[in-house]
Amino acid sequence: MSEKKREPLFHISKRGETPWYFAWIVRIVAIILALLVCSVISVVMTEKNPFEIYNYMYKGAFGRADKTLVTFRDVAMLLCISLAVTPAFKMKFWNIGGEGQALMGCLASAACMILLKDTLPSWLLIVVMLISSIVAGAIWGGIPALFKAKWNTNETLFTLMMNYVATQLVAFFCIMWESPKGSGKIPVINQRTRIGWLPELFGEKYVFGILVVLVICILMYFYLNYSKHGYEISVVGESQRTAQYVGIKVEKVIIRTMLLSGAVCGIAGFLLVSGNDHTLTTTLVDGRGFTAVMVSWLAKFNPFFMILTSLLLVFLTRGASEISKKMQLNEAFPEILTGIILFFIIGCEFFIAYKINFRKRTVKEETLNA
Amino acid sequence: MNQTTAAVSVRNVTKRFGSVLANDKVCLDVYRGEILALLGENGSGKTTLMNMLSGIYYPDEGEIFIDGKPVTITSPKESFRLGIGMIHQHFKLVDVFTAAENIVLGLKEKLDMKAAISKIEKICADYGFEVDPRQKVYDMSVSQKQTIEIIKVLYRGADILILDEPTAVLTPQETDKLFAILSNMRDAGKAIIIITHKMHEVQAISDRVAVLRKGQYIGDVRTATATAQELTDMMVGHSVSLNIERSEPVNPRPRIEVKNLTVRNEEGAIKLDNVSFTANSGEILGIAGIAGSGQKELLEAIAGLQPVEPGSSIAYIEDDGTPDELVGKDPLAIQDMGVSLSFVPEDRLGMGLVGNMDLSDNMMLRTFRKGGVFFTDRKRPRKIAENVVKELEVSTPSLSTPVRRLSGGNVQKVLVGREITSAPKVLLTAYAVRGLDINSSYTIYNLINDQKKRGVAVVYVGEDLDVLIELCDWILVLCGGKVSGIVSGRGADKQEIGLMMTRIGGLTPEQAADILKNETAATEAGGAENE
Repeated sequence: MSEKKREPLFHISKRGETPWYFAWIVRIVAIILALLVCSVISVVMTEKNPFEIYNYMYKGAFGRADKTLVTFRDVAMLLCISLAVTPAFKMKFWNIGGEGQALMGCLASAACMILLKDTLPSWLLIVVMLISSIVAGAIWGGIPALFKAKWNTNETLFTLMMNYVATQLVAFFCIMWESPKGSGKIPVINQRTRIGWLPELFGEKYVFGILVVLVICILMYFYLNYSKHGYEISVVGESQRTAQYVGIKVEKVIIRTMLLSGAVCGIAGFLLVSGNDHTLTTTLVDGRGFTAVMVSWLAKFNPFFMILTSLLLVFLTRGASEISKKMQLNEAFPEILTGIILFFIIGCEFFIAYKINFRKRTVKEETLNA
Repeated sequence: MNQTTAAVSVRNVTKRFGSVLANDKVCLDVYRGEILALLGENGSGKTTLMNMLSGIYYPDEGEIFIDGKPVTITSPKESFRLGIGMIHQHFKLVDVFTAAENIVLGLKEKLDMKAAISKIEKICADYGFEVDPRQKVYDMSVSQKQTIEIIKVLYRGADILILDEPTAVLTPQETDKLFAILSNMRDAGKAIIIITHKMHEVQAISDRVAVLRKGQYIGDVRTATATAQELTDMMVGHSVSLNIERSEPVNPRPRIEVKNLTVRNEEGAIKLDNVSFTANSGEILGIAGIAGSGQKELLEAIAGLQPVEPGSSIAYIEDDGTPDELVGKDPLAIQDMGVSLSFVPEDRLGMGLVGNMDLSDNMMLRTFRKGGVFFTDRKRPRKIAENVVKELEVSTPSLSTPVRRLSGGNVQKVLVGREITSAPKVLLTAYAVRGLDINSSYTIYNLINDQKKRGVAVVYVGEDLDVLIELCDWILVLCGGKVSGIVSGRGADKQEIGLMMTRIGGLTPEQAADILKNETAATEAGGAENE
């Protein structure tokens, strides 16, 4: 038995049932490890105290009351678009057009404000804006769904392309409604009258929007998990053949779900214009339509977990920008840290589903010698 | 034979999947020049064990020896290097390539088609394969595709062959041919392991039988000294009855009348050609035929899932004799008409059930529209799930277990259980026992028989002719989408049905003898299979 046994160093096997807390322990360990790696890299690359960096990171997101509010406002916006794309994802319809659908919502709201000016009372204008944003978003989501249902086009490409169409449309209207002429920009609309602006709640801006998104979150949870529509979405997502077999009209479900997805994106657009920025630019949605994909997947399509995942992503972005501002570091550095943390958080899902079995050296060699 | 060294020797191999012990200290020996049948119920660990030999899984514990030398099989490539070749149930062939191209695909040596073809022809001559290396795979019958898979591993120099349920897709004639080839290979000194559920095949082909039960190695016996009953008892662990009772139909009357049914697939090829028959209540109508002869289209057309050509008619005859036309209606419309029609499709997890959903959510599939306006009723499906689990003895950790985690037999019990819960008038089943072990198969036969006694018109698409003959009142034989003949199940002859499967109308025994001599002709007629 002189021949050396060539057992692999490790092999991977699937975990069976694990207790519910196991996944959370793995995730917490992953975050701790991520912070450790970030610290080492910070010390090596910048020779700065990592705790100082983390401190700024925290302060960037929650340092002052107004910063905290902005953080929650951003969480709400990201959450809203994430909630919007989730029904489509559950149906395995890869809607990466949340960006464009939300932007069309922005365009519709801004158009109402600009075109109707002060002909309507503020509350009525807000209702009109909301409805037109919902319709605009739904149309933008419905077009790819219609093509998918009728001609089985690829929804990933289609929704992606619709984003660029939306951006160009908004660019066109920005020029059309620019002020002053030649600036290519739309100033804050109704700055003086505040008509069409979401009212303040508890004396604070943004609170109204945050509450709206919370309500959508709860509704979405029940819609996906307890309604007949939600059940149909799950069946279509898991197997279209099964859906047909039990008489679910797949085309109808696809179109209906994308109309909903687009409509909620439209609401996000409305909140951006009416609640936050009161203007229109091509970058108003700011890539949230894409980040939403990650938020939704990380939370495994559970609306309540999405609150956590969107908070995490917003916290990282805001923390990172604070670091680069306060510590005179290049903007790329905090992005490296964000990348590392996300890598660990996404990567740890592997260890939740699988385990690695290492070679049991001592035992094997003894049996071989025996 | 025991004094020689085993070609493959498995010692105390253990494999766990999470908390499931798939193989528990299994030992197994296979010698050159023998055919070993590996017998065991579903979930007994046969496939897991074979997958460890072919490098797909790696054992947690234990050792594997090839010709007495300890080996580590870390990948399928390594397995090939050691001379192990596995023929899987699902063929892995490129349709648009020829037989020869598929066989050399993936080999590192210089591509020389001429040399390859002559080498393939030599293998064919040695073992008695009938294959044209230049034929495209899409033109081949299932049995020819399987032949290609076998030649593929032989071409790579495998001398230890593992076949996973090779006869599941073959006609009796094709099975006989396969067995003749396996015997040739055994005589040429190859070690062969064959996984099968069919007891008469074990007895027909194997020299030795090894039995696994619940992941454990129970023992091995020489085939010649064991009876089917003994082997079954070994496999199941207790005595089981191997008889299907066939009751006399009570008051049969026409229930489903199919007239001139013609179906084209998406490419426009005819899959069913002018099919007419009647299925009676209180009777089981068996459908026999080579895989892909139109069975799937036939059932799906009745269930409202398959568009049919103009002129086709499928009528549901109510108790008072009024016919209701089902053509042009989808499953929902058929349900709304008050026609209680249940369908157990061939693809259980891909069509009948949703694999990732749990038992009670799967029970909802048929009934979720009922009750309430917006929200689904979750309590009733849970009750149904509880009932099905209790009455059909489904073994599942809980009602919230995703059905894909259940074993094949239990998945089928869940599906059949749901379909008969609605007290159907018509029950369509496609390959209801495919991949199921003996115990579960007999449970399903009994369930189907119970439905028959309740007065249900049962349409049973099957592949095991012995079972069709034992179970069904009538057997309709399909051949290339046409009705080849309808025979009574009582006193039907297996060879005759086998011939009807490959030739319209079958043949007289004299003609049959002539044809069997001239086998190529029969195979070509069976080549209508089109995937």
